[in-house]
Amino acid sequence: MAKILSKTQVSPAVYELVVEAPLIARKCHPGQFVIVLSDPESERVPFTIADFDREAGHITMIIQEVGNTSRHICEDFGVGDELENIVGPLGRPSEMKKFGTVVCVGGGIGVAPVYPIARAYKELGNKVISIIGGRTKELVLWEDKMRAVSDELIVCTDDGSYGRKGFVTQPLQEMLEKGEQVDYVITIGPVVMMRNVARTTEPFHVYTAASLNTIMVDGTGMCGGCRVLVGGENKFACVDGPEFDAHKVDFANLMQRQQMYKTQESIEWGCGGDCKCLK
Amino acid sequence: MLKVNRHVMPEQPAEVRRHNFEEVALGFDEDTAVEEAQRCLNCPKPRCVGGCPVNIYIPRFIHAVAERDFQEAIRIIKEKSSLPAVCGRVCPQEKQCEGQCVLGIKGQSVAIGALERFVADYAREHGFDETAQPPAEPKGKKVAIIGSGPTGLSCAGALRQKGYEVTIFEAFHIPGGVLMYGIPQFRLPKEIVQHEIDGLKKMGVHIETNMVIGRTFTIDELLHEEGYAAVYIGTGAGLPHFMHIEGEDLNGVYAANEFLTRVNLMKAYTFPQAATPVYAGKKVAVVGGGNVAMDAARTALRLGSEKVYIVYRRGEDELPARKEEVAHAKAEGVEFYVLNNPVRILGNDKGWVTGLECVKMELGEPDASGRRSPHVLEGSNHILPVDEVVMSIGQGANPLISDTTPHLEINRKGNIVATEDGATSIPGVFAGGDIVTGAATVISAMGAGKRAAEAIDAYLTKEGAHA
Ligand SMILES: Cc1cc2nc3c(=O)[nH]c(=O)nc-3n(C[C@H](O)[C@H](O)[C@H](O)COP(=O)(O)OP(=O)(O)OC[C@H]3O[C@@H](n4cnc5c(N)ncnc54)[C@H](O)[C@@H]3O)c2cc1C
Ligand SMILES: Cc1cc2nc3c(=O)[nH]c(=O)nc-3n(C[C@H](O)[C@H](O)[C@H](O)COP(=O)(O)OP(=O)(O)OC[C@H]3O[C@@H](n4cnc5c(N)ncnc54)[C@H](O)[C@@H]3O)c2cc1C
Ligand code: SF4
Ligand code: SF4
Ligand code: FES
Repeated sequence: MAKILSKTQVSPAVYELVVEAPLIARKCHPGQFVIVLSDPESERVPFTIADFDREAGHITMIIQEVGNTSRHICEDFGVGDELENIVGPLGRPSEMKKFGTVVCVGGGIGVAPVYPIARAYKELGNKVISIIGGRTKELVLWEDKMRAVSDELIVCTDDGSYGRKGFVTQPLQEMLEKGEQVDYVITIGPVVMMRNVARTTEPFHVYTAASLNTIMVDGTGMCGGCRVLVGGENKFACVDGPEFDAHKVDFANLMQRQQMYKTQESIEWGCGGDCKCLK
Repeated sequence: MLKVNRHVMPEQPAEVRRHNFEEVALGFDEDTAVEEAQRCLNCPKPRCVGGCPVNIYIPRFIHAVAERDFQEAIRIIKEKSSLPAVCGRVCPQEKQCEGQCVLGIKGQSVAIGALERFVADYAREHGFDETAQPPAEPKGKKVAIIGSGPTGLSCAGALRQKGYEVTIFEAFHIPGGVLMYGIPQFRLPKEIVQHEIDGLKKMGVHIETNMVIGRTFTIDELLHEEGYAAVYIGTGAGLPHFMHIEGEDLNGVYAANEFLTRVNLMKAYTFPQAATPVYAGKKVAVVGGGNVAMDAARTALRLGSEKVYIVYRRGEDELPARKEEVAHAKAEGVEFYVLNNPVRILGNDKGWVTGLECVKMELGEPDASGRRSPHVLEGSNHILPVDEVVMSIGQGANPLISDTTPHLEINRKGNIVATEDGATSIPGVFAGGDIVTGAATVISAMGAGKRAAEAIDAYLTKEGAHA
């Protein structure tokens, strides 16, 4: 059981949940995630630990409503309610080193999981440049928190309603072309965005880590459902990742495998797939 | 003496059961059990006992059944086995106890498994199977058990009886290990496993679910910070193997573990009532020939797949699954596509499986070990049209614990190195079951747990004497 301590809507279909999870808060590191089972008959769904407070014993999750389970958690649970099960911390922590200059690229709700990573890099003495983005102004998350842990912060929106107009890859591209020092890049967000970040940095040979959101069941390496192709090899995102060398990830395969349950999901959603809910 | 044939286990008709998840084998009634028990010769030197990995004193319990003293029968069984309702159902009896029964030499062996199941079910239904005596005098020491499969459960029960404070840490939200997430409901009803777990809880065993050891706690932390005097690792054989052939990343390709976990643990067969979906193709190829493959194939039938093939590279005689499961699968309509080995999975432009390319195999002369090894028939490539492939070609050792426990010795395959009694390279850390032996059987995992409980008791008693 994990009690919900606070719940805040951060953008139209995105909620911030702070839950009581002392054992997880005690042990977790940036880059790790949890698996939530909201009710006994629910689905086990993974969410990144977006923040944690070891003393108070709680963790923060940023949850986007994309399908039945995430919607159920966001809409049917409130402060004081308890999530049936929460397990973690899972996955390998982000590689923590003093690299020099680290660029953290977060898109959409991916900004939230980037935040604790950026903070830790900053604490280790890295120069942290963060590039965050969203489709439009109201979808840009955690700008203030990111600013507080970055030496430099660039905000982009696809439609230009806030910050720079365009994709997060543009400022990154410019930086690299100008020959600015970039030692390490970490990117979390929609798969297409992560793929584009990888394509941007590849010609410059800058190591780029991407955090992959595969479909998962157990999160302990038992089921094989989270397998991804990295450098032509089968890797399990839950135990070998979730972060991998973005230049080696087969993003097309990742996108394809995320579609595995599309038909069932539309049945579950009740629309039979006619509307645009799953888009 | 009148010769009586072995009594046949009543079953749901194949045509009916292939569409439901209810138990297939229905169990003996009391009179049938007694009559079957009377077939046993009560041999003075019973060969059957040697065939049972935990040496249940079979003639004695069977004699008690013949006398209708079921209370005595369960007592005798429980001296050696803590999970008879499970093992009576899932042991490969034809290779173990029944395979050794003297009656089997010329005729049909005694139905030992069915009798064991009967006794356990009878005892449970009549409420006299409470796991032996209540715990002894408290020992004042805590032991941590990692994993709640058969090995962890049996070790926990035995240690609790000796008076230790026992806590089981389980990664999943439901305890029971493979008994809950692997072996399907139609072969092992989950209520039976739940009953065993409830029994342990009543004895005072604590079960902490959602605890991934290696992550939530490490072994070192359990020993040095959380006050556990000893640890038993029973984490099973988790890591599914793939064949590393082209197309394994297509949609519609499962590892049997994922397929079965979705259906059994997450109840995907009731989707959308339970929220976890599972994909049921029209034509399914299950690759492999063991119990896991049979379970996956029969599950696929029950999910509504029209054609289900077992694709296996050796011949039918070599299938490692329990004989009964093979017979059940066949009766239900699973097709055995033996002497065929997959070389590639084909897919369409949307990334979904459309076929399985196989080569035909031929069995050669027996080698030194007596096993006939399969050879590829060159130029025999052909395509089996399927839209789902379930890989059940075995499991390896999960590295979560070995990676986070310095000095824990593992072998080349990643299994923890342990003695017969479960002692590992670290004092106070014991291990057993599939994580040590590689994928094996429920009864051997259970036996390992019981032996380790003795060894842990001896270790802690000695340690206490030194302190
Ligand atoms: C390691 C990891 C960390 C994650 N962190 C977060 C997080 O911090 N916040 C957050 O909101 N989500 C996160 N996700 C994604 C989240 O788990 C999915 O959004 C969720 O499982 C969807 O469940 P659902 O039942 O609501 O949607 P479903 O009905 O299952 O899916 C709806 C649609 O969403 C897509 N989808 C399904 N599963 C995933 C997935 N795992 N990733 C991406 N798309 C998916 C599919 O295209 C699907 O058609 C993470 C995933 C992983 C593996
Ligand atoms: C589908 C299938 C069918 C089978 N059929 C038969 C059969 O008919 N007859 C037979 O005798 N045998 C059968 N077997 C084999 C038998 O089930 C196993 O040999 C037996 O369950 C092994 O027991 P175990 O306790 O070692 O491990 P498991 O039963 O695998 O239990 C291990 C437990 O540890 C947990 N765990 C793993 N890692 C961690 C961690 N880091 N922290 C906390 N918990 C952890 C797991 O979640 C799991 O619950 C079958 C197996 C499968 C998969
Ligand atoms: S535990 Fe298994 S092998 Fe032993 S007697 Fe029972 S059925 Fe036979
Ligand atoms: S070997 Fe067969 S007949 Fe003899 S005691 Fe065992 S079960 Fe009975
Ligand atoms: S989620 Fe099951 S192996 Fe990764």
